[in-house]
Amino acid sequence: MLHLTLFLFFAAIAVAGAVNLLVQRHPINSALSLVVVMASLAGEYLLLGAEFVAAVQVIVYAGAIMVLFVFVIMLLNAGEEARSKGSRVAILLGVPGVTIGAVLVAWVVLRYSNAEAVSMYALPGDPQAIARLLFHDFLLPFEVTSILILIAIMGAVVLASPPQAIVRRRRTEPAQHETRELAAAGKER
Amino acid sequence: MVPLTYYLLLSGILFTCGVLGFLIKRNIITIFMSIELMLNGVNLSFVAFAAHWHALSGQVFVFFVMVVAAAEATVGLAIIIAVFRTRETLNVDQVNLLKL
Repeated sequence: MLHLTLFLFFAAIAVAGAVNLLVQRHPINSALSLVVVMASLAGEYLLLGAEFVAAVQVIVYAGAIMVLFVFVIMLLNAGEEARSKGSRVAILLGVPGVTIGAVLVAWVVLRYSNAEAVSMYALPGDPQAIARLLFHDFLLPFEVTSILILIAIMGAVVLASPPQAIVRRRRTEPAQHETRELAAAGKER
Repeated sequence: MVPLTYYLLLSGILFTCGVLGFLIKRNIITIFMSIELMLNGVNLSFVAFAAHWHALSGQVFVFFVMVVAAAEATVGLAIIIAVFRTRETLNVDQVNLLKL
């Protein structure tokens, strides 16, 4: 009973945050409501016994990724989004389509799922068991993700660095060459 | 005890909110946040199924999804900064040319 109450509490917060993300016009309000969604989802993970995933959810998602979002919003000084012709078309076509899809998914879930209860702490989701799985059975994917992260870092640096920096580097290289030639010519003289 | 169906319904609701935001939002950063919302909805169903089937690999998959989401957020936000630098706008309706 307590489990169900806590589930409904966190679920209500998560859905309210998700709807608020859609309703708000200013991106910073959307970002903060997304933080609320992620924190309440961490509560849901704790209810399912997944302690490690809950901790990572708070640290990586609600911490690192959302700080990155808020940082970019403040860096670009993003204001309220403007209503345009495209947004009206998107609402007219998107809302009915998404409603049909959601009803379909809900129908399938309710029709074909057995009502077995998921028990609290059904399985040990502690870091030790996860680490044993991660570094034994999933070692190759784990190493591949490290390469993925490395590529992402380099891509972000290349994409976000100002284009003048690259142009300036290209311009200065021949200039240095010229000065070296001039110096050599001056020495000969 | 909570039935698995409830978790799947919550996951579906969050995913649907993400799809809706992706479709109706015009700000490129908010569209990006909708994608994160979709990933979170999928993560919830992963963890619920892991608890249901008593298999820890579902939680490891959530870990990988988070890693990919972090990489995607880094590169995506860098692209957003590059777009804003060349076009001075964040509205996706005005970003319709590949080359300026």
